[in-house]
Amino acid sequence: MPEQAPEERIKNFKEVTLGYSLEQARLEASRCLDCKKPRCVPRCPVEIDIPGFIRLLREGDVDEAYRVIALSSSLPSVCGRVCPQENQCEGGCILGIKGESVAIGNLERFVGDHASAQADIPERKPDAKKVAIVGAGPAGLACAADLAKLGYAVTVFEALHKEGGVLVYGIPEFRLPKEGVVAREVDAVRRLGVEFCLDEVVGRTVTVDELLDSRGFSAVFLGTGAGLPRFMNIPGENLNGVFSANEFLTRANLMHAYSDRYATPIYAGRKCVVVGGGNVAMDAVRTARRLGADASIVYRRSEQELPARAEEVRHAREEGIGFMMLTNPVRVIGNDKGEVTGIECISMELGEPDESGRRSPVPVEGSNFIVNCDTVIMALGTTPNPLIKQTTDGLDTDRRGCITASPEGATSRPGVFAGGDAVTGAATVILAMGAGRKAAAAIAGYIGGA
Amino acid sequence: MFEIIRKRDLAPAITEMRVYAPAVAAAAKPGQFVIVRTDKYGERIPLTICDFSPEEGWVTIVTQAIGYSTTCINALEPGQAFADFVGPLGNPSDLLELSDEELRRERVLFVAGGVGTAPVYPQAKWLKERGIECDVIIGAKTKDLFTYVDEMRGVARVHLCTDDGSEGFHGMVTALLDKLVEQDGMKFTRCVAIGPMIMMKFTTMTARKHSIPVMVSLNALMVDGTGMCGACRVTVDGKTRFTCVEGPEFDGYLVDFDEAMRRQNMYRNNPKTHWHLEDKCNCTK
Repeated sequence: MPEQAPEERIKNFKEVTLGYSLEQARLEASRCLDCKKPRCVPRCPVEIDIPGFIRLLREGDVDEAYRVIALSSSLPSVCGRVCPQENQCEGGCILGIKGESVAIGNLERFVGDHASAQADIPERKPDAKKVAIVGAGPAGLACAADLAKLGYAVTVFEALHKEGGVLVYGIPEFRLPKEGVVAREVDAVRRLGVEFCLDEVVGRTVTVDELLDSRGFSAVFLGTGAGLPRFMNIPGENLNGVFSANEFLTRANLMHAYSDRYATPIYAGRKCVVVGGGNVAMDAVRTARRLGADASIVYRRSEQELPARAEEVRHAREEGIGFMMLTNPVRVIGNDKGEVTGIECISMELGEPDESGRRSPVPVEGSNFIVNCDTVIMALGTTPNPLIKQTTDGLDTDRRGCITASPEGATSRPGVFAGGDAVTGAATVILAMGAGRKAAAAIAGYIGGA
Repeated sequence: MFEIIRKRDLAPAITEMRVYAPAVAAAAKPGQFVIVRTDKYGERIPLTICDFSPEEGWVTIVTQAIGYSTTCINALEPGQAFADFVGPLGNPSDLLELSDEELRRERVLFVAGGVGTAPVYPQAKWLKERGIECDVIIGAKTKDLFTYVDEMRGVARVHLCTDDGSEGFHGMVTALLDKLVEQDGMKFTRCVAIGPMIMMKFTTMTARKHSIPVMVSLNALMVDGTGMCGACRVTVDGKTRFTCVEGPEFDGYLVDFDEAMRRQNMYRNNPKTHWHLEDKCNCTK
């Protein structure tokens, strides 16, 4: 896959990977063995007929390939870019055992980007039953698309001013273009007849109970994500210059703060430290780099445990990002104006494996040292927003604040379904989409015909 | 789009707008706020709700032009519209949790300063609708800067003060609060202070001196306003709280005002904050 050169791309927010030409795509597609019992499909959370679309692509029929994907996913251009394919479809590919697996993600992306075909517009009765979707992120979009295809009248309520959820506020432009990719695939969902109500905060502007009792919705799907940022609760964390990754990325992505046409300010400083090792940490540190900062990752475990996708880590390294491994902050240091001047860290060593199977880091006593910096970005994960729970009677959640739901998405409230990060805690786009699709089937079963 | 149906200049750089936003108006409660964005290039700006009519579908906001985005807001005219007007956000005032009977046992004093005066109005009005008259101290540097005095007089007993003595009591809101309690012998069971952070800090100290519990409405920086970004975090009783979802009103005794003031100035030196002074403003285009 061709890419922008690192020294070029750190000066812009354009997409890093440039995508295949048709020729490259067909060549890559021709590597697929078209297995009788494909190992890739069961590892895809939405079970795309992967050999099926690749076969059509090999023949050069991009539009038919798109139709095959569209049966299972409304967001191929998105998923082709952000899925952790190495652990999913590509991880199952038989070619990967001895050599390189088929680049399924790149092929999916090519089909999504280049097909001019559109999914068939479903028929809908004028008195079709109404379903409300809360949150226009991956779970909500997938659920909405499936329900619309089944003939329901679907309305998506979104708190922000743009559809996409984490796809627009979280994942940066250089990894997932907003206008060309996200908006285009959201439009494809809209074309199915899905209505979007932006700027409506369910739990504030309207409650789940009102949607069911007085607004005529037969069921509600909660795809509200995990938006509440976690902090470390260390001294100095509220100094000026300490941000959650959510804040930093929302300013850059949703609000386009990196652009001089948009009014929202952003501050990366000259030296920026990002705490965390996941994809969000990589997104934040690479954004800070593009804003001109000398940017580094601080992570408490070692490189092997970095939860970020391998490609993100490679891209970050190429862009000159520093990696301070086995390092954990103990306090943020500020000047008399309350501005960040540094972060005190302690070295860590790996001990016994914890419940996640990863070796847990243990502080090395007396190894404290100070890293000078102007900004600190906390990318420590997120938890579900409590707003829906607080305003919906009888909705059970677990101790982490995640909504309790069956594998099919049914919650403790009849007629209320949930899926995605709101149920699992922060996970991936594609798992949320899979949960949205399962819930759509369950909702159809609960309501009966459209 | 959310149309501006009425606009009034209340004082230099302070403007009141009535905005057609029926969904927000239907759900609004005193003490809550909205987030507005002028256009697709605009910043998301939190503003406290100053009045609302569920029947007519409008919400009133009052904005003081301080930086670029607030200048753009105040440049909008009736007939023009906000791209976004989201809410009601945050929690309603604590007063709304009390029964009418409990409320009748309370003697509520509001302390309002500057652009914080209008947000006191819906709370005082809400009490008045329940047959309860409260007291409101309104402070301003000078009499030309008073806002919402007539509206407030319609719903509460109003006590004015100016720093320069041009109208009402000569002195700050804290001195007037001392006078009401010490000289006039007034008794208050609760105080709610809304205004500049520094005013809320000193009002809290004064109320504490008189053993009056005090709630303050914090106007922290925010991006989304729904708990996602944490820009609005504030230390209350030694713990980090999010103003947008856990506030905006907090127990004044427990708020770290110095930190809150410092955090408000996070982007003060950012070039974008001063665009309106550099002919970069596109708000009138």
